[in-house]
Parts: sequence; structure tokens; C-alpha cells
Amino acid sequence: MNFEEHAAKPLLARHGIAVPRGALATTPDEAARVAAGIGAAVVKAQVPAGKRGKSGGIQLAATPDEARTRAKAILGIVIAGHKVERVLVEEQVPIARELYAAVLNDPSSKGPLVLFSTGGGMDIEEVAARAPESLRRQAVDIRRGFSRAESATLVRGLGLGAAEGKVADALAQLYEAYTALDAELLEINPLIVARDGRVIALDCKFVMDDSGIVRHPDVAPAGTPEKLTGLEARAKAAGLKYIDLDGDVGVLANGAGLTMTTMDMVRHYGGRPANFLEIGGEAYTQARPALELLLSKPGIRSLVINFCGAFARTDVMTGGVIEAIEALKPRLPIFFSVHGTGDEEAIKLLKERLGVTPLPTMNDACKAAVAAGKSLR
Amino acid sequence: MIVRGADRVLVMGITGKQGTFWTERMQAYGTRVVGGTHPGKAGTTHCNVPVFATARDAMKGTGFDVAVLFIPPLMVKEAALDAIEAGARGLVVLTEHIPVQDVMHFVAAAKERSVWILGPNTAGAVTPGECFAGFMPAFNERIFRKGSIGVISRSGSLGVLFCLNVVQAGYGESAFLGIGGDPIIGTTTREALIALDHFPGTEAIVMVGEIGGSMEEEAAEYARTMTKPVVAFIAGGAAPEGRKMGHAGAIVTGSKGSYASKRSALEAAGVTVLDTPSGVGAALKNRLGR
Repeated sequence: MNFEEHAAKPLLARHGIAVPRGALATTPDEAARVAAGIGAAVVKAQVPAGKRGKSGGIQLAATPDEARTRAKAILGIVIAGHKVERVLVEEQVPIARELYAAVLNDPSSKGPLVLFSTGGGMDIEEVAARAPESLRRQAVDIRRGFSRAESATLVRGLGLGAAEGKVADALAQLYEAYTALDAELLEINPLIVARDGRVIALDCKFVMDDSGIVRHPDVAPAGTPEKLTGLEARAKAAGLKYIDLDGDVGVLANGAGLTMTTMDMVRHYGGRPANFLEIGGEAYTQARPALELLLSKPGIRSLVINFCGAFARTDVMTGGVIEAIEALKPRLPIFFSVHGTGDEEAIKLLKERLGVTPLPTMNDACKAAVAAGKSLR
Repeated sequence: MIVRGADRVLVMGITGKQGTFWTERMQAYGTRVVGGTHPGKAGTTHCNVPVFATARDAMKGTGFDVAVLFIPPLMVKEAALDAIEAGARGLVVLTEHIPVQDVMHFVAAAKERSVWILGPNTAGAVTPGECFAGFMPAFNERIFRKGSIGVISRSGSLGVLFCLNVVQAGYGESAFLGIGGDPIIGTTTREALIALDHFPGTEAIVMVGEIGGSMEEEAAEYARTMTKPVVAFIAGGAAPEGRKMGHAGAIVTGSKGSYASKRSALEAAGVTVLDTPSGVGAALKNRLGR
């Protein structure tokens, strides 16, 4: 789950990292009021996306009147598909140096990775490509953590001068916040050294591990829920993993890998998948609500149902599918491929209740669904 | 991380519905299940084996080599550390939705003691003709048959599909390794590839990957050095950028983890990359010459 800047910064502050003074505003007048309290301000669009500056989403305002004008200009624009509904109005801080600091989950070292660079302001791929010598990285054993002393070592020799100690503090505090918050990414870009010597987080990107959300009932409500379509929201409420796509071949399978592969095969045979919907794992008993949900999607011309049972029993999934079909009596052509745990019973059920025989392979089922969909166009 | 017929298996969380269902199937297939755990049911017998409070107690009681965990997400860290400290040689962690920082914790502890871990979020491992650990349909002869093809898969269901195709093409499996769909897992594709490369009786390896992360690219570096043929499939070529397709690990952002990046890395390393799962038989015949 993503946290926007205004939600993430107070969390940094809680761990001792300095952030600019400011507040959230949803109207131009509110932005002016906030600016009146802090002086020269910066008005920043709050959306769960990067590159806000390049999209005109970050503007300076010397006076409250200017803050009102800037907020009016920013509110309502669309950045990377997100309409701006809130702006963060913060004090302007005169910058001496821009740095980069982050802690993230690293699959290669199977642990946390601390990143630090004196090339702040750019995105980190750019830094890695253009100025690799300025990028320091340290893999951490999460059982031991990342101490203040290790932080000091990591930032040494980069010409930070008098700010070096405070930068080391901030990086160690960032690591503490990362573990305390079940973060998968906690990034400050830029972390600045102000002209008056303070070290301040001017921006913050925080992504909480979705599997850790249950451990943070106090913090999680401040996160930005994923933007969902109507059907996606209904599926989520029902505990189903569903994603809307723009094709016309409906897809129902068990397991993320198999479902992605079913979509791949639909595309391989010249069709376009209408969705991602998987009922693997504990959700294998949810075939009926899953299919009922999918059948309510407009514009589906054909359907492929592809089960390969391991943990998920194909007889149970097929039973649910049959119930949905008997209840809704859909007219669209449906093609099955069923293999793995429980398949003999599943095939028997399909024959007895629907008079249907699964196709020999998933390729056959995908190919047939694409062809059937095209013939109906 | 290949489970053998002689390995003594401890089922942690044996008394639950799934623990019971799959323990019975493991026993029927020949897995040497020697005990189980449940903190409140120590001293009882379940599925004809003794139940202990902890893995440490089980080690003192019956001894074991491999622990299979049927444990809820927030309790896995403690259970895994228990098994590691008890002296397990390997762990199969089936659970999905374990907080990633918990995973990092027990993976680090395992590494320190040279304990292997399959998962989290894996369907387990199968050594046809010997045993299986987890929830794979090892007992289905159209899917698993003793043979010479090593199979690696992040996804259980997709692993089943490939094993089905391998058997349909007239081959069998030397071993199946489910490595799991989480972003951070105990055994990477590369590490599984190395294990199967050294596993006697394995003549070729089928590697089933998916978009997201850089595990397939890292595996390609090792595949380049191998003499055994490797055939690969990458799921998720049709998935849109920026959306998690079920597996937390399967997300593409920018060029990182994309289908194109993985495919080109594998092809450059001499790996045959399949367009469809059903192509696996023909690809193996082509590479093995029979």
C-alpha cells in the first residue's frame, strides 16, 4: 500500500527525522490560510505517483495570495491518471545540498538494502547510471539491524562536511522507521542539507508491505487504497483477486501463475483477455461468487476456465462453477481445461450436470474461446 | 532442497484441516512423516504420528530432517525459527501473506545455519517415486512420474501444468521444486537450478518463471555455464504494467522485471524459451535428441 507524501512525512517525524512545517489543503482558500501561517511556501500535489514536478504539480508561492493561485492551478489536474484533490502546503527551505536515502526489500540479498547517494533529486536509476561512484549501498541482516555507527561509515568520505553527523542520524532513523512500519520501500528524495545546516526530508515515498498491514491498525488508514474499478472493489470485498482488463475473453483460473499464463495464451491465439481472476490458495472454494462476479462484466464474449489443481481441488472449484452457471444460465460459450488434484471427479461433474467435456489442453481451451469470441463479433 | 524418501518429515500445524488432509496424502505416497506440532496438543497422536508442542521437542522426541509448515501467516516466523534452532536440515514454508520482514528474519537465520528453505508461498517439493512435501498432487500419475527432468516453478498451479505436459510428452520428473511466489523467498530460481544441475539422474531442467523481480535474469547467468539443457517459460507476458497479478512478486515497474528482459537474458544464455506451456515436450525432444 502506498502512502502519499503528506501521510508519510509525519511517520518520518515520529522517528526523529526533520520535515518541513506544513499542512494539507483541499481548497485554494485553505491553501492560503496554511501559507499565512508559515510564510513563503511550496504547494505540492498529493497523488500516489512520481514526477509531480514535471507535471506542474509542485509550485512555489511567496505569499498566501500566490499560494491560493497556485493551489487553484494544481487542484483538479490529472497526474499519471490520478486527479489531484489535495495539496500539501509547506514552508520553503533554502537548499544547500540534495541527497538521496532509501531502505527497501532486496530479493537478491534476501534482506533490507540501505541506499544513500549525494546525487539527490534524480531518480535512483538515473543516479546509478550517471554517477555510480556517489551511490553507497549496504545489505543488512534484519536480525542485527543497521546501527548509527554503520550509518556513519556508509556516509563517510562523500564530502558532507559539517552535516555528516546529522545525515548519519537521519539514515539510521530511516532504517528504524522501515522496520517499525513493515515498509517494503521507504525513500527520501531529496534529503536536503539546508543553508542553515539542518538536515530535512523534503519528500518521502513510503510503500507498506501489504502482508504487514494487519500489524499496523494505527497507521494503515492513512495509506492510499489502490484505485479500483467497481468490479475490482466488489471482488476485493469478497476476498477475490480480480483485475479488469479491456479485452473480451473472460478468464477464470486457479493460482497467479496459471492465471497469468491463461491470459498469455488468450493473447497468443490473437484474443484479448477481459480480466485477471484467480481462485488459488484458500480462495479455491470461492468459484461460485468468482464466476458470478465475472459474468456480470459487460462485453465478455467468451470464457475460458482453466484449473490445474495442487492445493486447490479442481472438483471443489468445478462444483462452484457449475452452481454459478446453473444459477445465472449464461449464454456465452465457455471452454474448460481441468487437470490435477480432483480432476476425475471434476470431469464427471461437468459431464453429468452441464453435459460438457473439458478440452484436452489449456491451449485448446484458450484457442476455442478466442475463436468463439471472434465469431460473435 | 530436494526431499528424499529417507528424510524424516515433521508437519508443523498437523492438526488443522489442511495439515491433516495433506499429511494423509503425504503418508499414502510414501513420505516418511515422523511427527507433527501443535502447541496445545502435545502428547496426543494425529495421523498416526506423535504431536509435539514445538519443533525442538520433536527433535528430542523422534528427530526429523525436514519441517513442512501449515502455519498461519503471523505465526510463521516463530515456527520457522523454532524449526531452524531445533536443527532442521530444510523447511518447506507453504503459507502465503507472511509479512516480508518476517520472511527476511527466518531466511537470514536459516542461511547462517545452512538450512535450506523452499517458499514462502510455495506448493512444496516432489521427488517422484520417493516422497513429496507440501500440497502437490504427487499421487496423480498423469502429472508426476519418475524420470529425468527437473522442474522449477514459482507457482504451484503452473508447476502442475508443466509437469502434466512433461509426462504427456513421455518424460518423467527427477524432482519438482516449488520455490514460491513471494517477492523474497528462501531458494531463488538460480539456487534451485544449481541444486537440480547437481541432482543425479537429472538430464534436463524446465524452469517456470514469471514477470517481476530479477530471479530469471540471475538464473540465466548460471544457465550459461551449464551443459544440461534448460527450457524455460515466463508467465505474465500479457500482464499490464504496475498491477500485482496475484503473486506479490509478479509486478512490473518500468523495464525492471519485464517479460522482454527475462526472455532475452535467458535466450542469450542458451536457454530455450517457450511461447506456450504445451511446447515443453517438443523443446525437450529437440534439446535431448530423444
